[in-house]
Amino acid sequence: MADKSGWFDKPDNLKLFLRIFYVSLVILLVIDFFISKHAAFGFDGVTNFFAVYGFISCVMLVLIAKVMRMFLMKDEEYYDD
Amino acid sequence: MIEFPPALIFLLAAALAPLLKGTLRKAVLLAAPIFALIVVHQLPEGVIATLSFNDIDLVLCKVDRLNRVFGYIFSIISILAVLFAFQQEDKSESSSALIYAGGALGVTFAGDFFTLYIFWELMAIASTFVVLSGKTPMASKAALRYVLIHLAGGLLLLAGILIRLHETGSVAVEFVGLTGIASWLIFIGIAVNAAIPPLHSWLKDAYPAASYSGAVFLSAFTTKSAVYVMARTFPGTEMLIWLGAIMTFVPIFYAVLENDIRGVLSYSLINQVGFMMCGIGIGTQLAINGAVSHAFAHILYKGLLFMSAGAVMYRTGKTKCTDLGGLYKYMPFTCVCCIIGAASISAFPLFSGFVSKSMIITAAGNEQLLLVWLMMMFASAGVFHHAGIKVPFFMFFGHDSGLRPKEAPWNMKLAMGIAAFLCIGIGAFPQPLYNILPFPVDYVPYTGAHVVGQLQLLMFGALAFALLMLSGIYPAEIRSINLDSDWFYRKGARGFYQLCDKTFNGLNAWSQKWLAEYVPGLLARYFSEPGGNLQKYGMRMAAEAAGDEVDKKLEEHIDQRSKFSTYPVGGGVLLAVLFLTVVSFLYFY
Repeated sequence: MADKSGWFDKPDNLKLFLRIFYVSLVILLVIDFFISKHAAFGFDGVTNFFAVYGFISCVMLVLIAKVMRMFLMKDEEYYDD
Repeated sequence: MIEFPPALIFLLAAALAPLLKGTLRKAVLLAAPIFALIVVHQLPEGVIATLSFNDIDLVLCKVDRLNRVFGYIFSIISILAVLFAFQQEDKSESSSALIYAGGALGVTFAGDFFTLYIFWELMAIASTFVVLSGKTPMASKAALRYVLIHLAGGLLLLAGILIRLHETGSVAVEFVGLTGIASWLIFIGIAVNAAIPPLHSWLKDAYPAASYSGAVFLSAFTTKSAVYVMARTFPGTEMLIWLGAIMTFVPIFYAVLENDIRGVLSYSLINQVGFMMCGIGIGTQLAINGAVSHAFAHILYKGLLFMSAGAVMYRTGKTKCTDLGGLYKYMPFTCVCCIIGAASISAFPLFSGFVSKSMIITAAGNEQLLLVWLMMMFASAGVFHHAGIKVPFFMFFGHDSGLRPKEAPWNMKLAMGIAAFLCIGIGAFPQPLYNILPFPVDYVPYTGAHVVGQLQLLMFGALAFALLMLSGIYPAEIRSINLDSDWFYRKGARGFYQLCDKTFNGLNAWSQKWLAEYVPGLLARYFSEPGGNLQKYGMRMAAEAAGDEVDKKLEEHIDQRSKFSTYPVGGGVLLAVLFLTVVSFLYFY
């Protein structure tokens, strides 16, 4: 099949996409001030707790995985004779 | 009313299908799960079919609210998977897959442990053939390991069942609870199929090796039938909470590093089953409802994700992140379906995972299980990261792989479309699903705090992905594998083999040298001339003691006498007297 040009091929579109993404993040942060909470532990009722926790979780996930890779990564042929 | 075990429909169709060709074969394959769905729907609650066997009443089919949900979803995913697999010309795969599905339904409706065990093993064997249908060297090796693990797990289960029968006299499938050796054996047997770490690595080993269509079947039945059996036999078992939490947690690191898309999906499958195990362990009505509804939702979105990866594999022959990318322009429909599956597994509001997983996490909060709650939240953010973003990103976006495939065929699009529709349907209108759960549902998923909290968790996880990707910190896709607990039997078995080789073959060689060659040789030489040898030996000793040379002439003389037996008669008499003396001593004392 011949090459097609997709929506993301235009740099402007990618920029637009990222801009929408960032704006939605800001909206989520702002909106959380106006939400009534039903916290199970207390600290999970703190405003924007989940934003912080989600961000930290994913950074930790990637950094720990990078460290694990040092020990665990092998060639694809590792188990072959 | 049609009252017979729905499993039999699958088994009959599996037997019939290979005899047919073309459209008729496909029609039979597709009719079986549709018919099964109808049967499951209208079966009355209670015992449906029994069979007497050696004084034990086998209950082939017993229906209640808990197993009917699983009956529904196993039938639905069978319909979709068969539809998706229309291009699959391999008759052994399609029949094995139907037997496999039948086994899962048999396990689900089994009223006693013997019936359960038979269907359990049927699943193990049939699914092995589904793995084998990948038809690559990797598939046949993985299938061998797969069947060994599952037969071992099955034997543990059987041993547990027999000890339990001996101890309690009961084989009914009911609450067991961790109380003694029998229950532990049953627990471990189920844990193998549920892929609870460290017994999980068969899954990641086998599923990516299956064919594009086989993996869809595999993703549905083994683990989720184990979830059902666990929910039936071990609800409220505290250990399951922790095993489940670890299970949600550990595989996501592997998923980040994994290069094979279906490997990523396998790890996220284990992670999702972890949430279910956690719910079963918590054991409250809300938690069990959460585990069951999550299994229901999970089968659909996981099937959808495996279908989208399968469609890409069908069109391009590739499944690795390093080989794929930029396909959204060429397979837009598949791409959209994949994103819907990814949104569902990530539990975005309005997608199915949101209304099911949140019940389990809320139950953990209600029970004040802080650490478990934190681990599940971490895993929720992580699953969006690796399954929600990584899978669609590396297949359909990312770098341009140069692949220019056609869109998936109509039947694949239809199967993916229905699955995607159900994912959104359940997410937007959860009430029909809530209505068929085992316990009455008093839970509202869509509250402001919950929606915003979940969106924050996911979107800021996405922000982390974007920032790490743009800064180049995100681990690059590399052609590689990552060591997992299967190392212990894949390398460990080799070590064990070498240990046995060295020990037993060494012992064998030593015995050959000394016991079979040297000692008999020595004895043979001596007994060729026993009298002469004895005399010569004595003479040499005497000569050595006296410091003299050995008398060669005397030696020759001894040889001569020994060869021709020309000993004086007195010698014989002396020996006889000595012999009689020894015997009489032995006799009298």
